[in-house]
Amino acid sequence: MQRFVNSLIFFKSVFAVLAALIVGSGLIAMTGKNPIEAYATLFHGAFLDYWGIASTLVKTTPLLLAGLAVILPLRAGLFNIGAEGQIYIGALFATAVALYVPGIPGPLHILLCTLAGAVGGALWALIPALLKTYRNINEIIVTLLLNFVALHLVSFVVSGPMMEKGAPYPYSEEIPTGVFLPKILPSTDAHMGVLVGLALALIMFFVFRNSWVGFSLQTVGNNPRAALYAGMSVRRHIIISFLVAGALAGLAGTFEVLGHRYRLFHAFSQGYGYDGIVVAFLANLHPLYAVLSAVFIAGLRSGANIMQRAVGIETTVVEAIQGLVILFVAVSLAVRYRASAFAGAMRRRQALDNDLASEPES
Amino acid sequence: MESFFNLNLLSDFLSTSLRLSVPLAFAALAGVLSERSGVFNIALEGKLLAGAFGAAVGAFMFNDPFAGIAVGMLFGALAGTCLAVLGVTFGVNQIVAGIAINIFVLGITAFLSRVVFGAQANTLRLPGFLRFEMPYLSEIPLIGPAIFSQDLLVYVMIVCVVLVHLFFYRTRWGLQVRAVGENPSAADSAGVSVAGVRYGCVIAAGAIAALGGCYLVLSQVFLFSEHMSAGKGFIALAAVILGRWTPVGALLACLLFGFFDALQLRLQFNYQEVPHEFFQMLPYLISILALVGLVGKPTPPAAIGKFYRREAR
Repeated sequence: MQRFVNSLIFFKSVFAVLAALIVGSGLIAMTGKNPIEAYATLFHGAFLDYWGIASTLVKTTPLLLAGLAVILPLRAGLFNIGAEGQIYIGALFATAVALYVPGIPGPLHILLCTLAGAVGGALWALIPALLKTYRNINEIIVTLLLNFVALHLVSFVVSGPMMEKGAPYPYSEEIPTGVFLPKILPSTDAHMGVLVGLALALIMFFVFRNSWVGFSLQTVGNNPRAALYAGMSVRRHIIISFLVAGALAGLAGTFEVLGHRYRLFHAFSQGYGYDGIVVAFLANLHPLYAVLSAVFIAGLRSGANIMQRAVGIETTVVEAIQGLVILFVAVSLAVRYRASAFAGAMRRRQALDNDLASEPES
Repeated sequence: MESFFNLNLLSDFLSTSLRLSVPLAFAALAGVLSERSGVFNIALEGKLLAGAFGAAVGAFMFNDPFAGIAVGMLFGALAGTCLAVLGVTFGVNQIVAGIAINIFVLGITAFLSRVVFGAQANTLRLPGFLRFEMPYLSEIPLIGPAIFSQDLLVYVMIVCVVLVHLFFYRTRWGLQVRAVGENPSAADSAGVSVAGVRYGCVIAAGAIAALGGCYLVLSQVFLFSEHMSAGKGFIALAAVILGRWTPVGALLACLLFGFFDALQLRLQFNYQEVPHEFFQMLPYLISILALVGLVGKPTPPAAIGKFYRREAR
């Protein structure tokens, strides 16, 4: 039954998206352009054209991973608004290993970079997790503030110690070609990071559905007391779900460097972490639907560039439409809100907070 | 370091601290107002940005800073209304609704600023407020130039803090707001309209937070740029907790953050061999450290973030 309701809610999201696109056409009309022509260009460019598909896939990778990084803790009732910062730190660690650990054969080096990126993201996520578990400090605010710290940290690194000599703009040296991620579409930018993201979404889906891990994650959130009696540690769950989320976001940053840009750039993420929140909302916290919503948002983004070139509409209109999408999805959540995954997540959040507040530190 | 003991420089430093804390203080005050009524307000960032955009539009259209304030507050109130409709009427989770509004405002202001200002966005200089010196008061050594030689919105901020304080602790309405935030069903039983109080507080909070955005545009930068709120709304959220959901406490927390922000600017200037990014991180790190070092556990209003459904009383 719950699964049926979940899929119904996803279809509700589809209607919300349509509504957002209709209102968005009003915005396009404001600029004096033809909305139908604009949308046709956008969708053709994003989903029907070989190069467009490649560009959509490139953008799907970080969006999907960031979306999963939001979904996983939310299942236990915790908000991770810090994927953006975790992306930066993950990319920083991966780049450091790519540049400064030489003499390793290519595939092994890629693996090592990937691992480093995941560890970087996880460490950054550990900070709000520890503050939440041991001081009960609101993880939303801490993750938000840490995003800015990470941004400035990476900005410092690429304009100082890691900066390429004589570079006109803050970026690191190029990573060795041996650690470039293999491509999945010949002669395009589409790299295999998207396959890793897809695999991780599948794994998360089966873990949530079938295993004791998923069960205990939700139990801890649903009823921390009962979980405690069953021998599950609430604090450990908070820390582990944040660590895994941070690792996922760290991978998003890693693949941006290894698969797409081949350097660490100042402010390279452009809000992928925040868009991950949109992906998670749109998918109603379902890992497989997250694949669809990530592809959709990525398509909007890559199509927007083509639309700007072909029809001459600013790409910012897509940012506004994305805002409309999330606003309409939020409204659609109100219909049968109590049955949605969010309502469950919020009940869990409340239970966790009460539990952390009342329990002495172990 | 001797420069710190120079009276003029010290006064200048205090003045900068105060100015940097003004946008934070407006946002934090708005946060206190809405959170005391039981509505979590993560949308402060979006409201600051909406206010900044409105200020720019108003000042641009009418060539008058006061029109800027009016339009800015209107836009902030609209964002607040949006949060109230989603969170109070529809019962969408308030955190979800707040994040939705932040993302929406970010996108729509970026888009509309291109439509309204077009290519002149970066060359335009909007009419703004000038600092004026209060007679006699501004001649007091040290604090005179720092406090009594600011522009209009700084004084509006101080008046707002006083008004909200008096409202909370000296009026019947303030008591009702606090009751709704602590125990909505009891307040409802006593004949208080929970939804009405929350609507009022959240919309007023939108307008007040927007004043912070107005200050950024009309007193500091004199133009609108995308993402110009740059995380100030989130620091304000930390200030709300640090000030324990009281107007005066939140103001003090914001002054603290303003002080460190001014300090980092001064340090950037004095120690140019140290990368400026370290100093730019400082306000965010201080916010986190302040939350960590907070003495005693802060207790938020009991009903915060909870949807009140009358039938479920």
